[in-house]
Amino acid sequence: MSVLVIAEHDNASIKKATLNTVTAAGKIGGDIHILVAGKDCNGAAQAAAKVAGVSKVLVADAPQYNHELAENITPLVAKLAAGYSHVLAPATTMCKNFMPRVAALLDVAQLSEIIAVESADTFVRPIYAGNVLVTAKSSDPIKVITVRGTSFDAAPAEGGSAAVEAVEATPEAGLSSYVSQELTKSERPELTAARIVVSGGRALGSYEEFHKQLEPLADKLGAAIGATRAAVDAGYAPNDYQVGQTGKVVAPELYIGIGLSGAIQHLAGMKDSKVIVAINKDEEAPIFQVSDYGLVADLFNAVPELTKAI
Amino acid sequence: MKLLVAVKRVVDYNVNVRSKSDGTGPDIANAKMSMNPFDEVAIEEAVRLKEAGKATEIVAVSMGLKACEETIRTAMAMGADRGILVETDAQLQPLAVAKVLQALVAKEQPQAVLLGKQAIDDDCNQTGQMLAALLGWAQGTFLSKLEVGDGKATVTREVDGGLETDEIKLPAVLTVDLRLNEPRFVKLPNIMKAKKKPLEVVKPADLGVDVKPRLAYSNFRDPPKRQAGIKVKTVAELVEKLKNEAKVI
Repeated sequence: MSVLVIAEHDNASIKKATLNTVTAAGKIGGDIHILVAGKDCNGAAQAAAKVAGVSKVLVADAPQYNHELAENITPLVAKLAAGYSHVLAPATTMCKNFMPRVAALLDVAQLSEIIAVESADTFVRPIYAGNVLVTAKSSDPIKVITVRGTSFDAAPAEGGSAAVEAVEATPEAGLSSYVSQELTKSERPELTAARIVVSGGRALGSYEEFHKQLEPLADKLGAAIGATRAAVDAGYAPNDYQVGQTGKVVAPELYIGIGLSGAIQHLAGMKDSKVIVAINKDEEAPIFQVSDYGLVADLFNAVPELTKAI
Repeated sequence: MKLLVAVKRVVDYNVNVRSKSDGTGPDIANAKMSMNPFDEVAIEEAVRLKEAGKATEIVAVSMGLKACEETIRTAMAMGADRGILVETDAQLQPLAVAKVLQALVAKEQPQAVLLGKQAIDDDCNQTGQMLAALLGWAQGTFLSKLEVGDGKATVTREVDGGLETDEIKLPAVLTVDLRLNEPRFVKLPNIMKAKKKPLEVVKPADLGVDVKPRLAYSNFRDPPKRQAGIKVKTVAELVEKLKNEAKVI
């Protein structure tokens, strides 16, 4: 038995989600190898080699793997998968884009966003926005799996000394090309990796108020900023702020929900947070049913006061 | 350009689903059913392409029990021209759905297949990508913007860091996110008209597809329930609790 973990990286370094995935791989058992596919990605490969528990790093360094277009990366992963019992990747938008494509080429099912490993062929995953958990047993020869990062601790980034081996690149598929990216620039921690998340809902009322109320508080706490789908749809915040069933799943030590009601779809993305604080003027808001500390108050008074007090 | 749009009948997004007490499945026997919200966006986008003169025909496809006809009729009321129901009482998993769609693509020869990025029941987010693989087509996933050109499409995708724009060759599989458009309300005259539109019923075996599930699901259960904590009266009390009780700030 051996597990191939697909690294989420930016060519220079590997993302934390990769470390969570290595931990999940360790629970399956067997050798753990990491694939780093990218362009000029030696930095990421060297970082992957240091991850504790990893015995080999495969590097596919070629222009066609820049930006990880699904049409180009899928044939590579599918080819390498033949030598493994499991292929794991973090459940990031990058990996969710190509992993099912890999599974279909291998004619196997994919297990999406597992939250626990019961045995080498049996896993737990959430369905219905996390309102139901189910045990899924795969009878396929290769298990293709995406891993929910918040459910597994990060493997130590240092301590390993894996061999780094170059693998032959697969050809450019000629089906797609990258045009541009519009990435949200922020000095704050990444939403899925932050220790504290401050999240806002529709009650913020406008783009201006969303930023005016939440940013000083987030800056003081060193927190990332999240948003509900309603707030993103209303244009208060960019799409990558969205926390929930179809956005990001977060589980910080402290989650402060401000002016959000706590729709099922939003709870799906944050209810595993360690401590939840809710500030909402509607005392019936469902968010209070999952929060450790609830403050029934007008956010426009409470948030500036909170920012000042900490 | 002909478009194929896949629509799934799912438990309505407002329903708070629980598992059955015996663990054999979700407790949804009497739940309100609706079209998967992401698929509604897919149909809307197809209809807009037709209204803009870029698409000529829209075929809506659903799979499952006879009741999925309702979902197809809704798609037709929104503007799909005809429907195909692949009727089966088998439990359909994404790979099987992708194979059925592959067979329908061979028959219908569309230039693009549109579908939601994920269904809100099994939360898999797989079918579109699997279909693209089986067809050897390009894919545009998690779309918040779509521009169809000559033999190609420019797609803006919602990714973890923000937005990414790619250019993909047609034919392609397109999976849509919620911010692509706002689906229209269905008007009564269109519901009446939809009843007269053609709806073909086929079985997976007619298409030569084996839909046997690959994953065995068991032990459906509710996640550990989070207990509501306390209400604090003031900001000062909140700060005190966070510092001294929870020790998180």
